[in-house]
Amino acid sequence: MRILVCVKQVPAKDAPIKVAGDGAWIREDVAYETNEPDAYALEEALRQREAHGGEVVALTVGPARAAQVLREALAKGADRAIHVAGDDAHRLDSYAAAEAIARAIAGEKFDLIFTGLQSEDYGYGQTGVVLAELLGIAHATIIMQVQPAAGGVRVKRELENGYFQYLNLPLPAVLTIQSGINKLRYATLMGIKQAKSKPLATVALADLGVSPSLNRQSVAKLYVPVKTKKTELLEGPAKEVAAQLAARLKNDLRVI
Amino acid sequence: MASEHATVLVVAEHRGGKLSAATAEAIAAAQQLAAPWQAAVHAVLLEGAAESGLAAQLARYQLAGVLAARHPALAEYTPEAYTQALQEIVSRRQPRAVLFAHSYQTRDFAPRLATRMARALFGDLTALRVEDGRLTVSRPMFQGRLAADLVVPGEAPAFLSVQIGAFRADRAALAAAPAPIAAEMVAPAAPAAAPEAPFQEAKQAVDLTQAAIIVSAGRGIKEAKNLDLIRALADALGGEVAASRPICDSGWLPMDRQVGSSGQTVAPKLYLAVGISGAIQHLVGMKSSRAIVAINKDREAPIFEIADYGVVGDLFEVVPALIEAVKAAKAGG
Ligand SMILES: Cc1cc2nc3c(=O)[nH]c(=O)nc-3n(C[C@H](O)[C@H](O)[C@H](O)COP(=O)(O)OP(=O)(O)OC[C@H]3O[C@@H](n4cnc5c(N)ncnc54)[C@H](O)[C@@H]3O)c2cc1C
Repeated sequence: MRILVCVKQVPAKDAPIKVAGDGAWIREDVAYETNEPDAYALEEALRQREAHGGEVVALTVGPARAAQVLREALAKGADRAIHVAGDDAHRLDSYAAAEAIARAIAGEKFDLIFTGLQSEDYGYGQTGVVLAELLGIAHATIIMQVQPAAGGVRVKRELENGYFQYLNLPLPAVLTIQSGINKLRYATLMGIKQAKSKPLATVALADLGVSPSLNRQSVAKLYVPVKTKKTELLEGPAKEVAAQLAARLKNDLRVI
Repeated sequence: MASEHATVLVVAEHRGGKLSAATAEAIAAAQQLAAPWQAAVHAVLLEGAAESGLAAQLARYQLAGVLAARHPALAEYTPEAYTQALQEIVSRRQPRAVLFAHSYQTRDFAPRLATRMARALFGDLTALRVEDGRLTVSRPMFQGRLAADLVVPGEAPAFLSVQIGAFRADRAALAAAPAPIAAEMVAPAAPAAAPEAPFQEAKQAVDLTQAAIIVSAGRGIKEAKNLDLIRALADALGGEVAASRPICDSGWLPMDRQVGSSGQTVAPKLYLAVGISGAIQHLVGMKSSRAIVAINKDREAPIFEIADYGVVGDLFEVVPALIEAVKAAKAGG
């Protein structure tokens, strides 16, 4: 099976996210990492290849710094990588990003395309589904298991409230992968070394004819959410706040 | 307002013969949006060939009508059939906006439908405002740490899905007399393969919905063994232990302890969130709790938005001290 995995570089979980005067987020002085569900998508692709053979290609749409997530994917075992590069990649909406991916892989044949189910930065949660529509192929979302089946794949889709559902899909198909589908591996020293000699192709967004002008939704303003609930914040030495909180639990909430 | 665009469609969602709770929320949002446009709201129901009574349930709401599209290919939800059927209906009805609840099902097909109609899905919306004739919507970004305003282009139709819980179901206006129900013809192709029946992974060993006090652990606890701290606090308070998704994904607690959109929905007297950031998928599972207390070292964490009491501090210092303080308060009578 030939599997394409789309991975995005996003601010690290504990990176402070600040907004500039013009309502955009400040991208400098931020630590970055691979979007968590995308890391699971990569892991799933590697496991599929290890069990059934084939090739795993990692792809990212992002500025120069985003090449790091591809180097990590190669170090973990991806066979090759494609960097769809552009300085304004952070301004693309899911439709424009999906266009970029579709155009970058024109002429290639993949049986499966994995994406994470959503990104931890903008969280549109649409790139994979839109990509499937642009390619005219089947898709399924929030996937917790992938098995080859006659004529395609059998997948386990997560539903709300602890429910799941199995469905069969023909190939090729796009699957958006949920965190927790597997256990992530770490890159080995050997893997990091080997990654250096693996092919990493770079395609410019502009050469694909993709720019934020394709966007179908764009952010007018980013801001820190306005607080609607009155929260009593307790701060200070642990012993003191613990005593204050215990008093609230006892006297106000009457749960002790 | 161009009268031929003065329609708002709201797509109903159902499973097992029942409307989802979020459908009423979407209706409330549709009614709110339609008011400044003086638009007529129609509910759209997609279902199998047999009449199920769902259309009559929708007709209880204050709507210009219920459009019931019945076809054997719609008996089970599939993204292909839903996309095709709704494309037909939207093309025919030319609504100004199409509303959905931002459920897993909507996430699954609505981006595809919007793309096919050369539009975007504006998803996970917490607010809809019409100002100077322009529609501005709000949604969380960066896992709720920031919010964004987006201006929806004027060209109809707009595809909008509203965050679960953002609009109140009890604000959906009811009709004095039932809304008219009309059959809507659609001809979606049968999907390649029918999905199998939904199932639960394992019998729920604990019923968190019955717990009066819940102490819930998030990724802030760092290691499985630190759950002992959470257990000790739960014991001191006489409560149950629960967790956010990453804790259950890691196998540190069984999935029946997971609170959130994929897990259980709880509403205890006290929900104590320890090292949980407060992502929307967690919040939907616990925000109806009578009282919410959060312990988090990041004072910007979204969990503090909905907490009654918040302790900004290191849980590894605060929780042991709290266990002692609770014991002392209990002993103090
Ligand atoms: C379709 C879908 C379904 C989902 N379903 C669910 C669901 O059912 N339930 C659910 O919970 N999530 C669900 N999620 C995941 C959700 O989006 C979040 O990723 C998840 O809730 C985050 O868990 P967390 O808050 O424990 O971890 P994080 O977001 O990593 O937060 C950890 C928090 O701990 C704090 N912290 C760290 N160290 C300390 C310390 N020493 N002292 C105090 N505080 C500390 C940090 O400041 C941070 O706020 C779902 C996501 C998707 C896309």
